[in-house]
Amino acid sequence: MSVAKRTFDAVIVGAGGAGLRAALQLAESGMKTAVLTKVFPTRSHTVAAQGGVAASLGNSTEDNWHWHMYDTVKGSDWLGDQDAIEFMCRKANEVVVELEHYGMPFDRTDSGKIYQRPFGGHSQNYGQTPVSRSCAAADRTGHAMLHALYQRNVRANTQFFVEWMALDLIRDSEGNVLGVTALEMETGEVSIFHAKATVFATGGAGRIYHSSTNAFINTGDGVGMAARAGIPLEDMEFWQFHPTGVAGAGVLITEGVRGEGGILRNASGERFMERYAPNLKDLASRDVVSRAMTTEINEGRGCGPDKDYVLLDITHLSPETIMKRLPGIHEIAIQFAGVDPIKEPIPVVPTCHYQMGGIPTNYKGQVVVPKDGNPNAPVTGFYAAGECACASVHGANRLGTNSLLDLLVFGKSAGETVVEDLQSGNLSLRPLPADAADFSLSRIARLESQTNGESVFDVGLEMRRTMQKHAGVFRFDSLLKEGVAKMAEVAERAKRTEIGDKSKVWNTARVEALELDNLIEVARATIVSAEARKESRGAHVRDDAPDTAEFPNGRNDNDWLKHTLWYSEGDRLDYKPVNLNPLNEGTEPIALAKRTY
Amino acid sequence: MTKRSVQFKIYRYDPDKDEKPYMQDITVDLEPSDKKLLDALVRLKGKDDTLSFRRSCREGVCGSDAMNINGKNGLACLTAIDGLPQPVVLRPLPGLPVIRDLIVDMTQFFKQYHSIKPYLVNDDPAPERERLQSPEDREELNGLYECILCACCSTSCPSFWWNPDKFVGPAGLLAAYRFLADTRDQATTERLDNLEDPYRLFRCHSIMNCVDVCPKGLNPTRAIGKIKDMMVARAV
Repeated sequence: MSVAKRTFDAVIVGAGGAGLRAALQLAESGMKTAVLTKVFPTRSHTVAAQGGVAASLGNSTEDNWHWHMYDTVKGSDWLGDQDAIEFMCRKANEVVVELEHYGMPFDRTDSGKIYQRPFGGHSQNYGQTPVSRSCAAADRTGHAMLHALYQRNVRANTQFFVEWMALDLIRDSEGNVLGVTALEMETGEVSIFHAKATVFATGGAGRIYHSSTNAFINTGDGVGMAARAGIPLEDMEFWQFHPTGVAGAGVLITEGVRGEGGILRNASGERFMERYAPNLKDLASRDVVSRAMTTEINEGRGCGPDKDYVLLDITHLSPETIMKRLPGIHEIAIQFAGVDPIKEPIPVVPTCHYQMGGIPTNYKGQVVVPKDGNPNAPVTGFYAAGECACASVHGANRLGTNSLLDLLVFGKSAGETVVEDLQSGNLSLRPLPADAADFSLSRIARLESQTNGESVFDVGLEMRRTMQKHAGVFRFDSLLKEGVAKMAEVAERAKRTEIGDKSKVWNTARVEALELDNLIEVARATIVSAEARKESRGAHVRDDAPDTAEFPNGRNDNDWLKHTLWYSEGDRLDYKPVNLNPLNEGTEPIALAKRTY
Repeated sequence: MTKRSVQFKIYRYDPDKDEKPYMQDITVDLEPSDKKLLDALVRLKGKDDTLSFRRSCREGVCGSDAMNINGKNGLACLTAIDGLPQPVVLRPLPGLPVIRDLIVDMTQFFKQYHSIKPYLVNDDPAPERERLQSPEDREELNGLYECILCACCSTSCPSFWWNPDKFVGPAGLLAAYRFLADTRDQATTERLDNLEDPYRLFRCHSIMNCVDVCPKGLNPTRAIGKIKDMMVARAV
């Protein structure tokens, strides 16, 4: 089978916030760039972000990047790399202001500046009092941002390949990255995108869990492609469960609701967060709030006939505030919870939301792997940004609003690095191996010819149920061990998926089967990494690592202050040190401490 | 408890094997958690994986799953199953070429969106901080910037059906007014010039199908009226 080949300076996979921000950098620098995306850009999942993007603009309350850095390191439970965190927090004002210049319709303060609201885990003066750091466009910040970024790319004449799904990473025998293979959904044709630089901005894989705020498209395609190509995945045991997904539906209710004054209540109407986080209460970090809610439910204080959710109450806010600041939430509550939040509280449960781990990168957006004794050796030609990447700024737990910031800062940074590397001649168009497309073609051929196989729907369901049961908000040694074995079985079944649809044209059954391959890589990485990490840290909390005097919150810095690296081949694990040193000499490191809110 | 189920009549067409489109009658049993039309379609796809449709966020913000539901355009993810008259008749969005089943070719729709220069134009040197905008000026953008480009409106508009290449359509015009209404934008003259044409703007006859179907509750007709007002104002 002949395979068409296209050649570019850079190919970007994914057109959400990170991909569009990187694309802008490249398009405006005149680089010949292709952006591949399996959905029209404004349908990417950045669109669903609600509450805001962090920047210490200090428009309503005093603020500075040092405080933001402290909050982020503490939020990460010290697993975040402090050089990348410093870089992100220092760049925040610049990238948010740029976005405003691109036309983003931020809400405004009375003096005409960008409106900012409080958010979980963000504080003044190193953890003292809540700060208004989240720059918001009502509760539709992600939508406003994604559209503004797309619009700016229209202006820059960025070349998009819309409804093309990338299939596999192409590497040569030395491990250099040469591009990707991709499937044009309308025709079913596979092509090679040969490039000097390849940037992954493919988002997360929240669809490995049964109950998820994530879109159907969040199938970890870039993460799966990287894993299949021998790149290790970093810190995949850390998944964020957002405290407030609509019970039953999973749809997100922004933390901005609590930022605007919303309160979580149990069956007796108690504001239970006062017991778990006396200082920041409902605005504690997400992992802390999700565990508190789960504990309330597990101890019989949940609401409803099955006592299986808690209530998010904004009935004390004025209808004007709700309609002005939280109009989208008003709509979602009516649509998906069947309640008018002006009159009744919203039933919520912790719901899988965000992948803290991913493809290992440095703060420049270069993908880095262990090589010849260097734990962070850049892979020539390979870059990543946004949720698919692990820089690592979120460590063991991400703060709300830091994801939109992450994709702006590291999307831009990856774009800048690619431009520098192209202009300095560090990158060249390396020869394609003769078999560059063979692996992808064989995956598609197998799907064509598979008989007596497994249903994609059934295997996907089994994967999601296994993850939900075995690697949830609280983790148990025995369940994790069983989960590893179960997921290995599920992965075996996934090798034999069969589809009924054999059409060349817009074959969504084929796309879903290929997506499942990516999800399976992520699910295996998660459960294997989680089983191995014998401590509690951030979003990863195990029954056999409780809060003790020796190990506060169950965190064991002696043995586990390190990043996990999972390799797909043989489920092999490796580890690398956390960078506790900031980027610039004058910046004080944030010293290890027990995390309380 | 009796099982809930939905009877469908669905437009099917796979150019790879079908000579012409046909309507398929099919019934699917639901699980208790299936509340929206999209849930039922996903359930159906588990049974017959050849059914093709677009979907992503399943919460009405990405704009992927627009389709014609019992004769009216809407988003499958925001349409409650209970209360829908059965059989539920599903067709692709009208007026655009069908690629397969419920998937239409949206090229023409996006071409019109792009034609209005959907980006802020401000050639003053960028200040170090944000450009200021009063809360009142910002409020002018409400009801405009929330568009999700689902195309429910433009594909329910007869003027767009007849002249998809010449009439910008409600979605594109809503976007045009979003920038005209933005105090930060400096391209008012060019934007109005760009629409000064018998077709691009003036093919709107205010029949308001767009308002009727918009899943986000937006009002393109009002925005179009405001552009026409601006045209008149500058003519006198």
